[in-house]
Amino acid sequence: MLCQKCHERQANVHVNQIINGKLSALHLCEQCAKESGDFLTQFTGGQNPFDFHQLLSGLLNMESPTGVSSPSVSTQVQCQNCGMTYAQFSKVGRFGCPECYDNFEQRLEPLLRRIQSNTMHTGKVPNKSGERVKMRKTLETLRRELQQAIAAEQFEQAAQLRDKIRALESQMGE
Amino acid sequence: MSLGDFLQRATSRWMKEGGPEDDIILTSRIRVARNLQGMPFPILQTDSHAHQVLESIHTAVQHPSMQKLGNFEWINCKDLSAIDRQVFVEKHLISPDLAESYKHGAVVLREDEVISIMINEEDHLRIQVIMPGFRLQDAWQLASSVDDALEQNVMYAFHDRFGYLTACPTNVGTGIRASVMMHLPGLVLSGNIQRLLNAVSHVGLAVRGIYGEGTESYGNLFQVSNQITLGETEEEIIGNLSSVVQQLIDHERAARKMLLQQNREALEDRICRSFGILAYARRMDSKETLERLSDVRLGIDLGILKGVSAGILKELMVMTQPAFLQKYFHEDLSPGERDVRRAALIRERLRLDDSEVR
Repeated sequence: MLCQKCHERQANVHVNQIINGKLSALHLCEQCAKESGDFLTQFTGGQNPFDFHQLLSGLLNMESPTGVSSPSVSTQVQCQNCGMTYAQFSKVGRFGCPECYDNFEQRLEPLLRRIQSNTMHTGKVPNKSGERVKMRKTLETLRRELQQAIAAEQFEQAAQLRDKIRALESQMGE
Repeated sequence: MSLGDFLQRATSRWMKEGGPEDDIILTSRIRVARNLQGMPFPILQTDSHAHQVLESIHTAVQHPSMQKLGNFEWINCKDLSAIDRQVFVEKHLISPDLAESYKHGAVVLREDEVISIMINEEDHLRIQVIMPGFRLQDAWQLASSVDDALEQNVMYAFHDRFGYLTACPTNVGTGIRASVMMHLPGLVLSGNIQRLLNAVSHVGLAVRGIYGEGTESYGNLFQVSNQITLGETEEEIIGNLSSVVQQLIDHERAARKMLLQQNREALEDRICRSFGILAYARRMDSKETLERLSDVRLGIDLGILKGVSAGILKELMVMTQPAFLQKYFHEDLSPGERDVRRAALIRERLRLDDSEVR
């Protein structure tokens, strides 16, 4: 089969689309498929189907691949810092700034579970910016030790631990 | 300049030196993504944001703790010619993305090109360490110390729960991408490759051909890397990858042994033909070059070819790429001219060795 665009090379990229039960097909050679972002865009209703980030946004389930989007109120969520909306993010598959993570936090959990199968970082923590994380981990350890001390009726030690916890808590509250 | 001198000067350490298991593992690579706190990611960067990022990192690179890690050179991508940018891509020092959108991009290179730091690519910082052979753990240690050294002067975007924040959610958490480049001719020739690669992709790892389009991989070269970056520690990620890679190594060795036992004549014929073609052909396209080099490397590993340096595959797979060829010959070459020059370069390189075919 020849490429439908250049009518010269063999077609080896095939796009099939079914809308309302009606099948339409597009056959291109590799070169034309690469070059013809626009051509494909028309065909797929505004999206280049070969873009990685489009695949990613497919995972987000925000918009159907035909470009017939079902706008919901929640897509209007916007990052307070850089102004990127969740709808924009789901289109490009990339965040605008670090604060997007906080602003989109609620919608992020299911996404991360799907692409990372996990939502909690357990690896390396930076020395400076990770200070709070380190403190929180220390705090958790101290609280556990406090429970153990109380259970073992070592009240003197428990009192010391309680003071340490209070000090750390006030430090973190600053 | 002689080819020998050019090789010494223009190649990275990973291309020249060997390492553990280097009959199968060409390189181990760690890439760590980092971003600066309070700055928009490069995708939304204004010119002034981009300059701020460049400036902060420029200062961070001058820090004594960075100097302890070696001599680094700062290179603005816009100061490089198109060919030089492409050469960097061919040497795996920068990504094709950075070579294309280079306006505000920069790269910091250590002298031996083991460490390269990309700036303003998809993320503000991409720290890369690339080592010859199977040395993922060493590469991670080094990448991590570069990470620590840079952090002396910058504040990273870090989230209590999500870890290091990245432009793309597929990198968030550790920001780490660990990968090995493997030469697997035994598994390809014995027809077992697809089965194994499918299995690998089911355990959370990604496999792709290094060269070639789609599912086809020229030169039997594959890259295996982690996909998950969140919820596992860097050590767990590297440990998982290493154990799968070790299994692939074992399978590859078994396949080579079996081929040698059952198909020795056919295998020797294939390898020696490829050597003959590389040594005498007058025109070589890049696909055939990779395929013949793969055969020759297998011949070296199996003791069929003697006196040819084992590094020839790594060296020539980079040196025969379009930009590198033009760099060596100092001229713009059309694809047809490249095939002629590529063949000449290969012949010349083979003559540097004292090879003999048994």
